[in-house]
Amino acid sequence: MRNAFVAEITTLAAKDERIVLLSGDIGNRLFDEYKERFPARFYNCGVAEANMMSLAAGMALCGLRPITYTITPFVTTRCLEQIRLDVCYHNVPVIIVGTGAGLSYASLNASHHSCEDIAFLRMLPNMAVVCPGDACEVRLALRAAVEYNGPVYIRLGKKGEPVVHLQAPQFTIGKGIIIQDGLDVCLLSTGNLLPTAVQAADELRQRGISACVVSFHTVKPLDEAILSDVFARFKVVATVEEHSVLGGLGGSVAEWLADRSFLRSHLLRVGTPDAFIYEAGEQNYFREKFGLTAVMIAEKVQQTYQVNTPR
Amino acid sequence: MFMDSDGFLITEMESIARRTRGKLVEMSHVARTPHLGSSLSCVDILVAAYWGFLKTDPQNPGDPNRDRLILSKGHAATSLYVTLAYRGFFSLELLETYAQSGARLAEHPIYGSVPGVEVTSGSLGHGLSLGLGIALAGRLQGYGYRVFVVMSDGECNEGSVWEAAQFAPIHHLDNIAVIVDYNKWQATGRSNEVMALSPLKQKWEAFGWSTHEMDGHDLSSLVEVLRNVPDGTGKPVAVVAHTVKGKGISFMEDDNNWHYRFPNADEVQKAKWELGLL
Repeated sequence: MRNAFVAEITTLAAKDERIVLLSGDIGNRLFDEYKERFPARFYNCGVAEANMMSLAAGMALCGLRPITYTITPFVTTRCLEQIRLDVCYHNVPVIIVGTGAGLSYASLNASHHSCEDIAFLRMLPNMAVVCPGDACEVRLALRAAVEYNGPVYIRLGKKGEPVVHLQAPQFTIGKGIIIQDGLDVCLLSTGNLLPTAVQAADELRQRGISACVVSFHTVKPLDEAILSDVFARFKVVATVEEHSVLGGLGGSVAEWLADRSFLRSHLLRVGTPDAFIYEAGEQNYFREKFGLTAVMIAEKVQQTYQVNTPR
Repeated sequence: MFMDSDGFLITEMESIARRTRGKLVEMSHVARTPHLGSSLSCVDILVAAYWGFLKTDPQNPGDPNRDRLILSKGHAATSLYVTLAYRGFFSLELLETYAQSGARLAEHPIYGSVPGVEVTSGSLGHGLSLGLGIALAGRLQGYGYRVFVVMSDGECNEGSVWEAAQFAPIHHLDNIAVIVDYNKWQATGRSNEVMALSPLKQKWEAFGWSTHEMDGHDLSSLVEVLRNVPDGTGKPVAVVAHTVKGKGISFMEDDNNWHYRFPNADEVQKAKWELGLL
């Protein structure tokens, strides 16, 4: 995802002079080509994210399209007030790009974990929260964000994730993408767990359960049309995300559902627990631990489906 | 040093500053709003800006090449509102609606509320970074405008101020100036006792800024230094403006009770009499 981000932003900057890339002292060598081609439109803002964010808002007030980039917690919660007041209150088109969604940097300890960022940012009025599911969606999300007339948060994984889309789908901020339709259950996935959600659907098929998979890349604004459709059609709708079960996609859908009556449908939130991590380990170790592998997700969905389906 | 015509202008500006102070006292009384002391301390800075060194046209407040003034110490909003109204950015009648329910003029400035308010402020430590973004945008887009950021001394407690202070010199952003309204008080104490603020000028200097120290109530010094931004050093400019909180009204001067207090009717009369407005 990271490499797709850099490639796409370099392509976009060639076409759009409003684009300015602001980095929080990260991406060693990553931006070499960009810097060489657009030296006046790259600023290493140092380890000073609050300044970077307000500075971006100032640029956007003048018609530019600044992109702030660093590791997810530092470009979100570290400078949340700057995002809230300077970016969102002024409602200016700053594109905030965080790399290291969820447990991508699990081994680096809680300072680099990012399982609350969606919750924090989606609370802010005017903010769009976009979590691409693979490298293809990263490129499309960036293109859409540059044209979007307001703040956008783009939540990247790391590098080398599997690609789900073999062809570029239609991509609109606020509109989910149906990866495959199904008959029994529905998986709404946001962000870097999309490849796992697709595998979970395969696993469910082997267990005799047909699963619809949606790349619900935009957590805000919520795609209410898709939600209305899937809650009307499926007995189990599961949200799948590498983010806390509080406040992310699962939280958003639960809030949406609370004001509506879908009596035959059950919401299952799959995500990370409401807890910090106090041990070492890589992303896959913690995915296993928190039940975020394809098999474990399929197992949970199957159980919920069976409980809600009288034999 | 000023020519005769400028000398005349300074006298005129002094009179505007006096009337501005009278209006601030009245507004604080009517709306029962705090921060009067903070508003009074930066009146001369704002008058020097709008009548002396800002290249801006009240008839064309959206001109992309206008100089920008950012009131980062947003709690002095009334000071900004009165100077903008007196300068012709919007009608004087609007001042009478200040802080009323549903009115445009809130106790801290809101972006887009009236012409001349360039950003929303109120949380300290944001204005300088916003200003840097605007200054950089001006450079990238080929405009010659300058950005002036009015900050408070208490605001210098904020870490983000010093993030911004490190950014500007390395990028040779010389089209921006900070004016610190150094009135020696913050909300609940002396600004040199709450945090180790002093020596303030040397701090900005050490961060790579072209620094000046002056009497922040001396209109001609303010205009003389700030009209010359960029100053040829290639550095951003920082002015440490020594001011008196509550300036202009004897019983408010340097009395921090007026950070939160608002004056009663007698005090308004007394203040206006002292200002020569009665």
